[in-house]
Amino acid sequence: MEVLIDIVLLSLLVATAVALVMVRGLIASIMLTSVYGLLSASFFVTMGAVDVAFTEAAVGAGVSPLLLLFTVAVIGRKERAPEGGAVLVKSLLLVVVTGALLIVGTLDMPPFGSPDAPAQTHVAPYYLQQSGAEIGIPNVVTSVLASYRAYDTLGEVLVIFTAGVAVILILASSSHRGSARLRNATVPDGSPHTILQVVGKILIPFILLFAFYVQFHGEYGPGGGFQAGVIFASGVILYGLLFGLPTVCRVLPPPVMEVLAALGVLIFGLTGVMSLLNGAPFLDYSVLADDPVTAQHIGIMVIELGVGITVASVITAIYYAFANQLEPGPN
Amino acid sequence: MLSQLPVLPVLLPLIGAPACALLRRPTLAWVFACLVAVLAFLCTVSLFTTTWQEGVQTYALGGWPSPWGIEYRIDLLNALVLLVVSGIGAAILLASRASVWQEIGETRRGLFYVACLLCLAGLLGIAATGDAFNLFVFLEISSLSTYALVAMGPDRRALLAAYNYLIMGTIGATFILIGIGFLYMLTGTLSMADLGERLPAMGESRTAFAAYAFIVVGVCLKLALFPLHLWLPGAYTRAPSIVTVFLAATSTKVALYVLIRFTYSVFHLEFSQLAQALDTVFIALGVIAVFAGSLVAIFEADLKRGLAYSSVAQIGFMVIGLGIGTVEGLQASLIHLFNHALMKGALFLALAAFILRVGSSNFSSLRGIGRRMPLATAAFVLAGISLIGIPGTAGFISKWYLVLAAAAQQQWILLGLILAGSLLTAVYIWRFVETAYAEPEGDSVIQRNEAPLGMLLVIVLLALLNLYFGFDSRLPVETAGGAAQALLGGDAS
Repeated sequence: MEVLIDIVLLSLLVATAVALVMVRGLIASIMLTSVYGLLSASFFVTMGAVDVAFTEAAVGAGVSPLLLLFTVAVIGRKERAPEGGAVLVKSLLLVVVTGALLIVGTLDMPPFGSPDAPAQTHVAPYYLQQSGAEIGIPNVVTSVLASYRAYDTLGEVLVIFTAGVAVILILASSSHRGSARLRNATVPDGSPHTILQVVGKILIPFILLFAFYVQFHGEYGPGGGFQAGVIFASGVILYGLLFGLPTVCRVLPPPVMEVLAALGVLIFGLTGVMSLLNGAPFLDYSVLADDPVTAQHIGIMVIELGVGITVASVITAIYYAFANQLEPGPN
Repeated sequence: MLSQLPVLPVLLPLIGAPACALLRRPTLAWVFACLVAVLAFLCTVSLFTTTWQEGVQTYALGGWPSPWGIEYRIDLLNALVLLVVSGIGAAILLASRASVWQEIGETRRGLFYVACLLCLAGLLGIAATGDAFNLFVFLEISSLSTYALVAMGPDRRALLAAYNYLIMGTIGATFILIGIGFLYMLTGTLSMADLGERLPAMGESRTAFAAYAFIVVGVCLKLALFPLHLWLPGAYTRAPSIVTVFLAATSTKVALYVLIRFTYSVFHLEFSQLAQALDTVFIALGVIAVFAGSLVAIFEADLKRGLAYSSVAQIGFMVIGLGIGTVEGLQASLIHLFNHALMKGALFLALAAFILRVGSSNFSSLRGIGRRMPLATAAFVLAGISLIGIPGTAGFISKWYLVLAAAAQQQWILLGLILAGSLLTAVYIWRFVETAYAEPEGDSVIQRNEAPLGMLLVIVLLALLNLYFGFDSRLPVETAGGAAQALLGGDAS
């Protein structure tokens, strides 16, 4: 049964990718990008990577196509005349070589999911056997991400923070003046999206609540700061889409988002510095409490909170920066 | 605190960046960024001396030993690259104020320094880590911040240059990630030390070959090795002057480090059948890069673009050293990595000062600059002489060791090509000298108008370091020698 699902999903993925290359209208290709994101998310679920699927569904299928739509709204929806044949042949050649190399690389390997695969026999068993005693939380993925390899996770949070800094830097020319304008703008009433607004009002509280659940339940089930952050931001963005940018900016002002983005990283980083000041290696949580397992719990909770705050505020801030290009307030 | 030393150079800018974002005033952000960079440099110096005296320094992040956790394992090679990157980073940030205030709009200056710190943290993180995936994470931090920094250039063409760099850089990063994925699939570990032990034991497998191919192509995109250099001239030319100095002096050096680290510490290619073929490819591409880059640089009307092509050529020299494949060759490559950072740092920073005062880097507008800004011009010429490789400068040491390495392998043709390539460098440096000290057109009186003091001091300092390391070359030569020995000789048994 699972093989069948895999075949269907993968065929759909390939078909979507081909359609993405063929289609000429930019709106259509953005929609196909979104479809591709959703299919990837489903595929991640069948592979058992539910944590990744959460993020992919929210970002790959939701937020990033939306940002592309904003861009198209600014630059127009027509693609420039397609490139000449020489460029196409060159790109095709490159893709074929890369694809062939990818296939060659996997030929010698045991099949997917095989218990003899090196990936299953070297480091992974240690995590599965020891993390219960050392970290004491049921979700081993969270143990690896938030403790064994917490430094990578700090790096990833900084990647997201950097992305936020980059977007604000590039789109900033009017952003600071714009945000002041947005805060003072009056909220227009009598919007044409009444039905969507009513449905949205019912949905959004649950989306936000679910984000909190994913945030604080990450130690026990799939989830954690990254997933919670993107889900929370999706809720905020949905609110912004339905009720207008000025309204959502009054609830969560852009400068506050920028400060929160930095604060989230600092919460994570300074947790590590606390270990440092107590003479333990950076991000060694054992100094946070007397009992090592409790200390791990506290450490993981705190850094996941930092991750969640940064992810949610960076994605919201990126949304503000894009949306601001499109509707720069009522004046 | 001493036991924490290996992580501090990376940690300071890494946590300094978000803290800097909370500072609302640009001047404050600049002061803070300088403080962080200087502290990181001091930690690196201390780390360097410790590594020099006591050997490899390890540090288990989170208290989890490798391979379960992420480990820093600082050897001489790491320490050398960290020293170059943090030293140049601190110097440039200190010198940056006037140029940034001229080229970057007021609302952007604060975040500009945040991005600088992020870029510094990313590059230092790559150079320090002993974990393949952690390397990729820090590569992403440095890449993303670099794209934003390039896009801050004074005119809109900077956006296009940043976009081109983003596409090429993202392909490069994706290839590196695929390669690391293959490595994990093959060995079940991400720690470089562990990979280095497990990979050779696997024998010649197709997966290892594919992994290496992806990583080499990805890193060479980042390194801008001919013919994957197409993003570099645009990005260097269009970026803000200060960003160009920083990129030219640090980012390609870190890419070269990654190439060396993966080739010798992870894949141990010195034992492989593949090594011979690969060495030939590296030498060939290096030689083409030297000649193509230098020739374009000679005919370029814009000095900034010319120096960018010169960087393509200089990367060629470093890759030739790598391709020679002996301890001496690798040592020459690493010496040039160190010296080239000093040369290009001084050259591009002096150029930033010219642009600050003249408003353009075109040869036509630089006529008579030697009378207008005598000290900065003198520093530029000194660094240029070093770039050519005239005895008495750091550049001579680089070329000398490279020529010796080629001679030791009796590669006489290569030796001739290296010398010819150096002569081409002389042509474009001479072209600047001629312009700079030429009589200005018309009879307008030229006012002396030196660069601001802070900037001038750093320019002169970097130029004098080129002279210093030409006479007392122990630091780069012995470190590079030790690092090359450890990479090729140490674990040969």
